[in-house]
Amino acid sequence: MNATTPSQLEKLIASGKFAVTSEVGPPRSADGAVIEHKGNLIKDYVDAVNVTDNQTSVCRVCSLACCIRLKLMGLEPVLQMVTRDRNRIALQSDILGAASFGIHNILCLTGDHQHFGDHPKAVNVFDLDSVQLIQTVRLMRDEGRLLGGHQFEVRPQMFIGAAANPFAGPNVPMRVARLAKKAAAGVQFVQTQCIYNMDTFKEFMKIAGDRGLHEKVAVLAGITPMKNVGMAKYMQKRVPGIDVPDEIVRRIGGVPKEKQAEEGINLAVEQIEELKEVKGVRGFHLMAIEWEEKVPEIVERAGLYPRPG
Amino acid sequence: MQYPPNVRIIEVPCTGKVDLVHLLMAFEYGADGVMVVGCMAGDCHYSAGNLYARKRVQRGKEILDRVGLGGDRLEMYNLSSGMGGRFAEIVREITEKVRELGPSPVRVATGKAMRPIAEVTP
Amino acid sequence: MIKAVPKPLEEVLDLVKDFHKVLIAGCDGCVTVCEAGGMKEAKVLASALRLYFTQEGRAAQVDEVSLTRQCEKEYLAELADRLDAYDAVVSLACGCGVQYLAEMYSHKIIYPGVNTCFLGVNEERGLYSERCQACGHCILADTGGICPIARCSKRMLNGPCGGSEKGKCEINPEIPCGWELIYERLKTLGQLDRFEKPVDPKDWSSSRDGGPRKIVREDLRI
Repeated sequence: MNATTPSQLEKLIASGKFAVTSEVGPPRSADGAVIEHKGNLIKDYVDAVNVTDNQTSVCRVCSLACCIRLKLMGLEPVLQMVTRDRNRIALQSDILGAASFGIHNILCLTGDHQHFGDHPKAVNVFDLDSVQLIQTVRLMRDEGRLLGGHQFEVRPQMFIGAAANPFAGPNVPMRVARLAKKAAAGVQFVQTQCIYNMDTFKEFMKIAGDRGLHEKVAVLAGITPMKNVGMAKYMQKRVPGIDVPDEIVRRIGGVPKEKQAEEGINLAVEQIEELKEVKGVRGFHLMAIEWEEKVPEIVERAGLYPRPG
Repeated sequence: MQYPPNVRIIEVPCTGKVDLVHLLMAFEYGADGVMVVGCMAGDCHYSAGNLYARKRVQRGKEILDRVGLGGDRLEMYNLSSGMGGRFAEIVREITEKVRELGPSPVRVATGKAMRPIAEVTP
Repeated sequence: MIKAVPKPLEEVLDLVKDFHKVLIAGCDGCVTVCEAGGMKEAKVLASALRLYFTQEGRAAQVDEVSLTRQCEKEYLAELADRLDAYDAVVSLACGCGVQYLAEMYSHKIIYPGVNTCFLGVNEERGLYSERCQACGHCILADTGGICPIARCSKRMLNGPCGGSEKGKCEINPEIPCGWELIYERLKTLGQLDRFEKPVDPKDWSSSRDGGPRKIVREDLRI
């Protein structure tokens, strides 16, 4: 894969080294300092930082505003964009806005249903889905055209990403077919849902490899460290699309309460080491939800520090 | 079989034949209480008539509560045809209950039934 | 067909409580099939309202009628002679019928007695589920006869999303994942190639988003 945009993430992946990305969640008020603080915590330990977009349908400071702030701080942002809240006019408008500030990475997502969030009575937009958003970004980048046909000069130079979830539904081949569809639409990298079930993930990567997808899409393996056994159980039972095997819950629950966080970090580091050996894994996406201060430790212990460039 | 004389019996081949509107109209005709007596659960000759009847009685009770008559005036009981003694017992039971509740608010408000009782006599 | 449910009785009582003569107008069409607004339901509502007014000590007249359907002025015309006798009408027809009735008798107070819900099918008596969103451009040929706009909570055309859990939708385990159904159906039909190709953004202008819709069939109009 040759790098075609100014994205530093794209360059790094193209160089063949493991990439490390992480994410920050914006606050639910007009407080600009939160993202600045989180960005500073992790900036030397990751190659790019995702900003979530009204994640789980909870209204927060928009991803675009936070990405601009991170860019101005000198970090490499990844603009997460869901199609739940905006129609194609607003989506393309925000892409132009991000590009105008030199933001070169976008993660195209459909988004959690508003049922889960703080505004369940809202209309849902879903004018486009994630695959169609990928197509849209590619059209804007490669042809300088909007969906409605308007041709324009200054194009967004975006490295196009999406999410992949090997654990949703009982059907792994279908999840690979979805990845293939995203690849056909133009996706260049994916960040997976956080991995606990290694067997399922390896099955997914094997089928993807057999379909020739490793050459087309860089897979960044999702890692979320467990803070305590309560979190492990919650994720197992209450979060759709996440598969937490019983032995993980037993492992975290098997140590005294004050040691569980440490065990969670140990597990995360072990997972990274195991995943480094899986063919097609081109990097790691660390989702330390409200635990961003642990990212440096995980990156260091996994032998991924210092970051190149 | 001895039971209080205040009961007017309307025979139907199956309680499944009783519609919700019949239950409400009985109150329009001046009834102070209505009881629906069907076969034991699982014994319905027509398979599920008594189950539908129970659902309609339930809905009837809700409506009677909301329109100010009180759902306690309407009840469903399940008996087998051989249980004459039990029949007399439940008639006494509902008569007692309705007596305590007093005459139907319909009769209290108008001094009479909304429709003449003669219409009902077969 | 159109599926509706009766409005809560308290809501209807609140609408008509100050009137003296009310007509309940049912419809023999869709609302009869889903047992929300047919003659049976009109009779029940009329009886309930009569009981209510009477025990309040109010002299009130509540009658019921049911029309073949209320979305056709030919049938609505049957009420022309009767309506003057009433202060208000509670129509148990779907939203279309209520509006048409109100349009034809625009000087009369016409209130809805049911909540119109969706276009759907009868799975069992008393169990109805949504199947069609009337988007105006049917794509069922591409999706093995299962509509992603009606049956996917996110109306995705390139589903499923990452929240699909054991074949069920993330928002409610009683809702099957529409795209899992489509995938399995296409597999049965030997049409999985349709699953592989990305589907372009939809033209929503033929659906509600394009504004209130009209069909003009010149072949039928003289």
